[in-house]
Amino acid sequence: MTEQMTGRNGPAGTERPAGADPRAAGPSGPSPRDLAARSPHHPSARAADQPRPAEAPLAAPVPASPVPASPVPGAPGSAVPAPGVGSEPPRAHVTSPGKVRATGAQALVYALERVGADVVFGIPGGAILPAYDPLLDSKAIRHILVRHEQGAGHAATGYAQATGRIGVCMATSGPGATNLVTPIADAYMDSVPIVAITGQVSSSLIGTDGFQEADISGITIPITKHNFLVTKPEDIARTIGEAFHVASTGRPGPVLVDIAKDAMQATTDFSWPVPFDLPGYHPVTRPHARQVREAARLITESRRPVLYVGGGVIKARAAGQLRELAELTGIPVVTTLMARGAFPDRHPQHMGMPGMHGTVTAVGALQQADLIIALGTRFDDRVTGKLDTFAPGALIVHADIDPAEISKNRRADVPIVGDCREVIADLVAVVRAEHEQGRRADVTAWRAQLDSWRETYPLGYDEPDDGTLAPQHVIERIGKIAGPEAVYVAGVGQHQMWAAQFIDYENPGTWINSGGLGTMGFAVPAAMGAKTGCPDATVWAIDGDGCFQMTNQELATCAIEGIPIKVAIINNGSLGMVRQWQTLFYNERYSNTDLHRTAERKLTGTRIPDFVKLAEAYDCEGIRCEETADVDKVIERAMAIEDRPVVVDFIVHRDAMVWPMVAAGTSNNDIKFARGLAPDWGGGNDD
Amino acid sequence: MTRHTLSVLVENKPGVLVRIAGLFARRNFNIDSLAVGPTEHEEISRITIVVNCEEHPLEQVTKQLNKLINVLKIVELEPGSTVQRELILIKVRADAESRSRVLEAVNLFRAKVVDVALDVITVEATGNREKLDALIKVLEPFGIKELVQSGMVAIGRGGRSITDRALRPVERSA
Repeated sequence: MTEQMTGRNGPAGTERPAGADPRAAGPSGPSPRDLAARSPHHPSARAADQPRPAEAPLAAPVPASPVPASPVPGAPGSAVPAPGVGSEPPRAHVTSPGKVRATGAQALVYALERVGADVVFGIPGGAILPAYDPLLDSKAIRHILVRHEQGAGHAATGYAQATGRIGVCMATSGPGATNLVTPIADAYMDSVPIVAITGQVSSSLIGTDGFQEADISGITIPITKHNFLVTKPEDIARTIGEAFHVASTGRPGPVLVDIAKDAMQATTDFSWPVPFDLPGYHPVTRPHARQVREAARLITESRRPVLYVGGGVIKARAAGQLRELAELTGIPVVTTLMARGAFPDRHPQHMGMPGMHGTVTAVGALQQADLIIALGTRFDDRVTGKLDTFAPGALIVHADIDPAEISKNRRADVPIVGDCREVIADLVAVVRAEHEQGRRADVTAWRAQLDSWRETYPLGYDEPDDGTLAPQHVIERIGKIAGPEAVYVAGVGQHQMWAAQFIDYENPGTWINSGGLGTMGFAVPAAMGAKTGCPDATVWAIDGDGCFQMTNQELATCAIEGIPIKVAIINNGSLGMVRQWQTLFYNERYSNTDLHRTAERKLTGTRIPDFVKLAEAYDCEGIRCEETADVDKVIERAMAIEDRPVVVDFIVHRDAMVWPMVAAGTSNNDIKFARGLAPDWGGGNDD
Repeated sequence: MTRHTLSVLVENKPGVLVRIAGLFARRNFNIDSLAVGPTEHEEISRITIVVNCEEHPLEQVTKQLNKLINVLKIVELEPGSTVQRELILIKVRADAESRSRVLEAVNLFRAKVVDVALDVITVEATGNREKLDALIKVLEPFGIKELVQSGMVAIGRGGRSITDRALRPVERSA
């Protein structure tokens, strides 16, 4: 009989002896308090990391939860802050957890206050109505009434990505809940900690096709980290506590709590804190020392190493540790789409973004590496290209908090399960010790080679020859004028890739996009959420005209709630990325990608809708820009408006393409840095 | 492709089976046999899953299963060190002429007759899959009217218990 513990302990060969089974944590295992301290959302875990204005709210004390409508004995005004939101561990404030009679709905609101939720994005409706009544009395929770539940979900994600806290959204049963499916799937793919709270029809009606009934917990099983259906009032507070704990620890992710209406209406005893009932949940954060030593040994012996950095480094707040490791070893760094900002773009060791639209240098570095140190990343197909030709000569060190990611796509030679912050910190210590013993990798030749590629194949673009605006220029100028302290949020498509390429990111959390799911319509609501969480930061949504039309109704929310985001519509009148593929792979047959005409009706010159008028209808500032000469002053004008949202309609050249490109399903070796142009990487690396 | 027997200890809560079955379905695994039942701990259920698949995808599914919050522990049971049993109930035609020969077969397999009708007897048998397949083969010529078979349950030989460390005290509270 072999006990398969691979899921927790890493793949075969790396298993710990049974005594070290994290689930059997004895005296040597992590104590509860240790786990809290290591959580990326624990205050101590972020204090030392990357100060930037956008993070300022993190350091500020959370507005103390006021005494709930009816005071809770033992949990007075200074409500217990959530793990990671306040300044003390959860239990510190509570001396005698008393009980108070409350409706399930009140218990829900009290629990949300206790876990430190300060903003909830949502829309009420029949089944969730009971929750909205006590919500009206909560002074600690700001509810932002969105215009579509999808907006609530993406706003929660934007809030979470910008602040590192947990985003919260709320919707009613049935269509309210199903409208959350897209943002929940989006958060799942990008490992974003959000909690979605949905009303459900009364428990006696569940399963009867009641009005506005949908089995949302069933629907969201494959797209949530976990979900709950609550039918008893006494379970509500505990479930909210568990949901926030699960969402934010281990590999973060969305958690849905579906609460039956009658459970919210019935009366129960509310007390706090509540003991969790999660016997099967024990995320591993502490890396295995032997694996770290093995990784360090490979690092010191390598000749062409690359640090392949993913979004997990940002989630773990490990940018400081990463920089330390990179500078200690001199190893070049590539940052994936989800990790832009984890390592400063202007750092000489940064080779840019790898992947389908990555830099030639970043893609080439991975392909020709002899060692890839993959940190908080998952070898996505958009990064590896055709998997069996990816980095053929490289040994793989793969560190991730999720054991299921390790060796999923590419077999890891040295698997490390753990929180990136701890893994990298341990690596720094062990590598430093190796250096002191005189064992050190010489990467000078490798760095020189990469630098020469970077000089030969820089990111660039052609100015359109008809005098129209280059979209890349617009995005580049926004990045230069708004600067590295601003937060940039993108939709999905060409503008997203250009925003990833042509804006310099210096700080983690300043680049927010929908990476895994590729959700068009993400930008406006996510920017709204980011701005809500970081009110002092300038927040630019870089959006496409196709994306913008999917969720622009949230501009009404922004205008009414006083959330002055800035939206740059990169308006090429078409679904640009799809059009690019039609140009390259479908013989320029533009099937249904033109947003301004149909095959029968040529409406050239029309603007449907007119985005400036649309912005004005939403009481936002609307500006149009069509000339290269106007770009800077339009951006500066937008930057100067702080009292309401701004929408800039940049009319850009429609045939601009995103380069470089590795065509889907092909090898990274076949990257083109411009149409028909392949880089020459030279053949001098066959040792 | 090899046969693998997984014992999955889960929290005894509604909806857990759906989560587990969903993971197998997503990976396009066909579950050969599935048995769910209580354990010596009221709050733990045990799911025994038999699948035919390669090693690497099974490792992936095992890791994904381990990520489910309601899953407490997963153990792969190797046939050599495990007792594996299935239960079968068979309604077989047995009239006055054939009854004695049917009963002879039943006795040979140490099966039991659990119900008798005029021209049918219902046979209960337990065993590993090979034994039950052999029994079916022997009874088939008489005419099988109905057959129902349980999923496989399995337990490791020796003194160790896989549930020993599955239950741990609550770690934290909010």
